[in-house]
Amino acid sequence: MTANGYLQIALYVSALLLLAWPLGLYMARIYDHQLPVGVRWLAPVERGIYRLCGIRPEYGMSWTRYAFALLMFNLLGLLAVYVLQQVQAWLPLNPQGLANVSPDSAFNTAVSFASNTNWQGYGGETTMSYLTQMLGLTVQNFVSAASGMAVLVALMRGFTRRESQHVGNFWTDMTRSTLYILLPLSLILSLMLVGQGVVQSFEPYRTVQLVQPVEFDQPVLNPDGQPLQDAAGQPVREKKIATEQLIALGPAASQVAIKQLGTNGGGFFNVNSAHPLENPTPLSNWLEMLSILLIPAALCFTFGRFVKDDRQGVAILAAMTIVFVALLALCVGAEQSGNPLFQRLGLDTAASDQAPGGNMEGKETRFGIVNSALWATATTAASNGSVNAMHDSFTPLGGLAPMWLIQLGEVIFGGVGSGLYGMIVFALVGVFVSGLMIGRTPEYLGKKVEAFEMKMASTAILIPCLAVLLGTALAVVSEAGRAGVANPGVHGFSEILYAFSSAGNNNGSAFAGLSANTPFYNLLLAMAMLLARYGVILPVLAIAGSLAAKKSIPPSAGTLPTHTPLFVALLIGTVIVVGALTFLPALALGPIVEHVQMITGH
Amino acid sequence: MIKELKPALLMLLVMTVLTGGAYPALVTGLAQLLFPDQVGGSLLKVQGKTVGSALVGQPFSDPRYFWGRPSATSPMPYHAAASSGSNQGPLNPALEEAVKQRIALFKGSDPQQTAPIPVELVTASASGLDPHISPAAAAWQLPRVARARGLSERAVANLVARHTEERTFGVLGEPRVNVLALNLALEQHELTP
Repeated sequence: MTANGYLQIALYVSALLLLAWPLGLYMARIYDHQLPVGVRWLAPVERGIYRLCGIRPEYGMSWTRYAFALLMFNLLGLLAVYVLQQVQAWLPLNPQGLANVSPDSAFNTAVSFASNTNWQGYGGETTMSYLTQMLGLTVQNFVSAASGMAVLVALMRGFTRRESQHVGNFWTDMTRSTLYILLPLSLILSLMLVGQGVVQSFEPYRTVQLVQPVEFDQPVLNPDGQPLQDAAGQPVREKKIATEQLIALGPAASQVAIKQLGTNGGGFFNVNSAHPLENPTPLSNWLEMLSILLIPAALCFTFGRFVKDDRQGVAILAAMTIVFVALLALCVGAEQSGNPLFQRLGLDTAASDQAPGGNMEGKETRFGIVNSALWATATTAASNGSVNAMHDSFTPLGGLAPMWLIQLGEVIFGGVGSGLYGMIVFALVGVFVSGLMIGRTPEYLGKKVEAFEMKMASTAILIPCLAVLLGTALAVVSEAGRAGVANPGVHGFSEILYAFSSAGNNNGSAFAGLSANTPFYNLLLAMAMLLARYGVILPVLAIAGSLAAKKSIPPSAGTLPTHTPLFVALLIGTVIVVGALTFLPALALGPIVEHVQMITGH
Repeated sequence: MIKELKPALLMLLVMTVLTGGAYPALVTGLAQLLFPDQVGGSLLKVQGKTVGSALVGQPFSDPRYFWGRPSATSPMPYHAAASSGSNQGPLNPALEEAVKQRIALFKGSDPQQTAPIPVELVTASASGLDPHISPAAAAWQLPRVARARGLSERAVANLVARHTEERTFGVLGEPRVNVLALNLALEQHELTP
């Protein structure tokens, strides 16, 4: 790697941590309802929303009530996105006359956006009308993110409240997350992105004259729209000459901003943030990449402030950052070393100030190797899942890093809210296990960790693992599952494993060669997404309710401190051991075998 | 659970108006005011005629032009209403086949050029619309373009240098050359040398 590569990475990580700090403290004030002066003018809007919806903001909810409110809200959101896709052809703001989406794909997308996964089974500019993108996808980008943040706030209250039956009010937590945090940040980011060239328009797609007409051949279609075949069963192709280029437009910037900030990741265009009109410059790339991890990192500081001990948040952030940087090094290293095939064919693969070198298949010139690998690591550490390079074309180890980051349970930064509540679940397991080992009372932040919390924590950790491994197994043994594979050999297995890792941890990125827009994958992946999202949220809320009902005990000599480097190591150990034990066998069959094949030239 | 149905429904409506209606409309309004060129795709105009977007690549195969990166969109390359990468895995025989064909094409385009071809010139971009090539990839093609146009290599090198963008703030991203802008400048140069 070049010196510039190290510099870009160092700049990114330090800017992230520097910006996360003030934002984290700001969010702590918002959830505490100590509104900073700059946003006080929004308070009447907030009150107006409650009045319109008939909500009493001071009404405390039990954890079950809180869960019901969230489930109901997400279910209605899911239905709205589904219905919109089913009728978009007859609605306005559809200048390209895009057809209604097939029911299975629409269901998959609805689940995907309501569950903050944003797996992109559809093709963006070729599938979704402007109206669907705005009223369906953009709205869920906001509120699914806000739902995750609300669950985290409820869990944090579990630690701060004593002998209370209530964990807060879902409607106020969700509204405040949207109004004071997600909306203002998205507004700023979307304007910065337009300044860089991201489109924001309701005009139809634009036709331009090509400077040089291009000749290409395309399959001939019969009147039913199916490819015509000749007597030998080969598809018939015809030569065509194109003199024009049709450029897709749309209200992209407003959606891209929240896609990144809300760890959503579903792109406006098919190739997501690799598209030059969704991510045109190195600066837009840097801003988008920063937005991926910003809120998840900042929430660690919010957590510290909430439990009145900033060191607790810093310890968790340190654990996240260490794992992130380690896997980032693996990814950048593997992609820069590249594919031995390219050296064998006599290409120039050295990195310099004149060329990016390395494995450039499926990457954009303006991002090169470093920014593609950095993005891949950030987007899978967080449960974002947007891409600026094609992960399917990464080298085996370059692809292993993002896949394993997803499989660790999306707790290395993770989704907004969901990352930190997932990490706190691991922290509970960590203090419990170490408490048993060294004979200290298992307690975390003044709350005793007992059998009920451990049952719920284990459930929250095991359900995504189950969704990933069971889903992969089902797809591998079924005809419909194997039919979707694009690349031959073990890479095909990696495509399936990646798809279920992504859906089963609500990430949403893909080894995109997999043809997943089929009824089989649409339904099976939707099940995985639902299981992973609500199979974790419900146990986490149960933990919140149980902790809130407990007394708070002051730390004693028998308390294991949870802000020390030792605890950071313990937390990393817990995450890694669970992730490695569960997924190493599957990874060995995919990327690891492929790596061995690659370096031995088979 | 049923008690939360009414607030859930109303909240979804309010949030839809706020984040799905007001927010994109506000961004669109402000963006059109502040960045009128960017909102519609940063279009390039030559003598009043729109010839493309400064951000979206176009296919070139004539030796008189610089060529951009291979594009995996279908059916035509650089199909800007259906972006796509190749998604070929590193050991896919189809990748090896495709790269070999592209190498043959480039070597055939300039048999005298013996320097190794920069890797990104024969590997497909992520979007299929990559507007850029690296400075090394431009340098590799420079003798061919100069010869085909009957220009001196120095004149073409000057144009390339003028269309080379350095890293943003000297740090971010990669140095790059916008292929469409460079080719338009070449045309312009022939008219008014």
